[in-house]
This record gives sequence, structure tokens and C-alpha cells, in this order.
Amino acid sequence: MTKMNDPLLRVDNLTMMYGDRIGCKGVSFELRPGEVLGIVGESGSGKSTLLRSISAQQEPTKGRVEYQTRIDGTRDVYEMSEAQRRLLMRTDWAFVHQNPRDGLRMNVSAGANIGERLMAVGDRHYGNIRSSADNWLGKVEIASERLDDLPSTFSGGMQQRLQIARNLVTSPRLVFMDEPTGGLDVSVQARLLDLLRGLVHDLNLAVIIVTHDLAVARLLSHRLMVMQQGKVIESGLTDQVLDDPQHAYTQLLVSSILQN
Amino acid sequence: MSEMLHAQNVSKSFTLHTQGSVTIPVFNDIEFSLSAGDCIALTGESGSGKSTFMRMLYANYTCSNGSINVRHDGGWLDITTASPHAILDMRKRTMGYVSQFLRVIPRVPTLEIVAEPLVALGTSRADATAKARGLLTRLRIPERLWQLSPLTFSGGEQQRVNIARGFIADYPVMLLDEPTASLDVDNRATVLALIEEAKSRGAAIAGIFHDHETRDAVCTGSFDVTSFKVGAND
Repeated sequence: MTKMNDPLLRVDNLTMMYGDRIGCKGVSFELRPGEVLGIVGESGSGKSTLLRSISAQQEPTKGRVEYQTRIDGTRDVYEMSEAQRRLLMRTDWAFVHQNPRDGLRMNVSAGANIGERLMAVGDRHYGNIRSSADNWLGKVEIASERLDDLPSTFSGGMQQRLQIARNLVTSPRLVFMDEPTGGLDVSVQARLLDLLRGLVHDLNLAVIIVTHDLAVARLLSHRLMVMQQGKVIESGLTDQVLDDPQHAYTQLLVSSILQN
Repeated sequence: MSEMLHAQNVSKSFTLHTQGSVTIPVFNDIEFSLSAGDCIALTGESGSGKSTFMRMLYANYTCSNGSINVRHDGGWLDITTASPHAILDMRKRTMGYVSQFLRVIPRVPTLEIVAEPLVALGTSRADATAKARGLLTRLRIPERLWQLSPLTFSGGEQQRVNIARGFIADYPVMLLDEPTASLDVDNRATVLALIEEAKSRGAAIAGIFHDHETRDAVCTGSFDVTSFKVGAND
């Protein structure tokens, strides 16, 4: 049994080099069940590289990523077989891309997008799959009558919510999000934030969220890591990092926000 | 009465890296203690650092030196060295903070925002909502507004939503940053009554109050932050 305070994920000295160039360097942290970690920093600071290396999409040059699996205890993600890793990625993990087109199949229906992830874990009963898909559409506030429509007929905000439904249908415990509110207009962003916060709380999800929007980071994350040039230069309690930043770069970042 | 919070040798300075790395010393060697049933007014002129000190007590600001121990979960937690997890748990179960700012996700109804701290403590949503209704009624927020986001409210209404949210869970320690500013006479009386009720159930309270009347009405003592300002005794 996983205990409440045991880390779900442990990242140790993770380094990703692109030749001589640093993607990210020497990153270590732990994440517990139900905990939301925000990663902030400017474009090119290594946030997305780090996220890809943690989420088994890109093998790091150095370091370890250990995950508390449901049945197999703690395993190094990069020492698993390819099949085990793929199973993990489509069941216990989820990845929400900034652009929903990267996370959805645009040429099959909304219902099929959700059902596909269920079929990938062995669900074969058409009626069950369809009713789960319908149920999840409801949770992300998409009307049932859109079940058979193609995602390409959805607005950007709806596509993003569909991507979230597709990801969460297998009841993952760890969700990676790369700028999930990035391309959305402000009113749609608020709705998505509200939805995400509710789901995180109700499902006790652990989340790693990359964002350049400090307001989003403040509202969603418990802890924050600030990255610059591939390194974590400051980390801690979200409101402490944002309200009393210690590092020169964090101070610059915080003081650069436009007030409205 | 039993001690609930103890700040020892606490110093604070800000280093502004974006402005030539100038260091601004604020406090030196603060000693501060808060016990159950206390309501201590933090005093000092505007700009003297009352809110800064309060934020340090909430671990929203770091301390440069010293320790701040809070009685939490049957022991003492030094919030200047505690992990983020421990601080979040302390805020959830032990320490309430009524700030001057309402920071919420747009679109979330007022009733839900007020009930949230109790729900987080494990109270059923129905019970938490019932208590939230009671507080909103006492603070004269019209019922027709309860299903709306408080972000559309006036300053005084937002302030009262903040107060309702801060008082809904019976926190053992409470920090109040100008809870009666921008309130009319009736609502100020309600807030004073809420503070009295908190005191009588044994809460340890530190507050910043802009007017003498409020201070005289509820406070059991005062603490002048200016005497710990850097250079205060030169």
C-alpha cells in the first residue's frame, strides 16, 4: 500500500544535454499524491525539456525518475521495459498538451477520443465505454449531444476540456500539464482553472504543471520551482516564492507582471 | 493561558536584486508571543511593517533570522524552517488569515469560496455550506449574490467575504489584517462580535486595526512593531 506521505514520484539529479547545450541540469524533487507542483520560468528556461524527461518521453542524459507504481513498488521509469513504460503512460499517467491537437485525434469523434484510452487498457464493452465517455464529457462540461461530433468542430476551450477528459478517464494518479491554459482567452481560462482545481481536489491527483503565467501558478500549485537556463534557481511554497522572492531572476519575473 | 505562537530573535531584510541589490533592513530581534484567548493589536505608523510582520507569522514572507514556533498538531512547528507540506498543513488546520486581498478563481460562487476551508478540513459539504450561509447572513451579504463570484462585488463586500472565509473554521490561531477597514458601522459591529466569539472559544489572535475604537473594544494588549525596527534605538 502506498502511504499518504510516501512520494509518488522522485526525481534525482535529472540532467538533459543537447550536445554541449544544457536542456535542464541537476534537477531533484519529490512529489506526493494530491500535490500540485508548478514549474515557471521564461521561454527556453528548460521547463518543457524537464517535463518531457520526467514523463518518459525523452530519456535524460543523467539522473533518475522513480515512480511508485500501483502493483510493483517503486520503479525507475527508464529501467522498465518499453511495454511496461507504455502501459504506465496510458493508464496511471496523463499528459495534457498546450495545443489540444497534440493530445487528441482530430479525425475521430469526441466519444471515441475518450473511449480509445479505455480500450487501450483492455475495456471492450461498447456500452460501458460509451457511457464512461458520456459521463466524462459531463464532468468537463461538454453537452452529451456532442459525443459523436469531431473535435475539429469544437472551440479551443472545448478541445482543451476534451483532452482533459480523454486523459483522466483511466483514473491516472499523476498528470503532466504543459501550459494547459496557454492558447485560451481569459474567460475560457478561468473556466478551465476552476475545472482543473475541482478535479485535482476530487480525484486527489498529483500534478506537475508547466506555465509561464504566474497567476495560474498561484491559483493551482502548492509548490513552485523557478527555472532559468536549465537550472532550478528557487523553489518552495508558492505564495512565499511569489510574494517574497529571494533570487534575482525570480524578483525580475515577479516584478514584470502587468497589474490590471 | 497556553502559548500558541512564539517568535524569537526574528530579523527581516529585503534584498532588491533588480534595484542595484540594495538591502533594506526591516526588523531586528523581534520577540513576540501569543496565547490562547489573546487579541494583540500590532501597532506602528503606516509603513512601519505591521503587515510585513503579519505575513512573516503566516510564513508568507521568509525570515532572515530567528524562529517562529506555532503550536500545531500537538507540538511546536518552526515555520521558518518547516517544509512547504508542513506549512500548508499548519494553515489548513491551525492558522487562519484574513488578508486585505481576495484571491480566488473567477467564476467560483461566493458560497463555495466561504465554505471551502471547512470542506478542506473534512466537514461535509452540506454542513460547511450551512455554516457559510449563516456567516454571509450575519455579514449582510444579500442572498442573491451568494451564487456569484465575489470578484464582481464592491470592495466592502469582498472584504466581508474574506472575513466569512477566515472565520468559518475555528482556527486556534488567527491573523487579521485590517478586518474592519472599509466597513460600515453595523458590519463593523458584526466583525467585533466574531472576534469576541473567537476569543472566548480560546483562539489566539493578532490583528492590525486602523482605528482606536476597534482596538479598544476587542484587544487584550498591543505590540508596537516600531521598537524592533532596524535603527529604532540608535
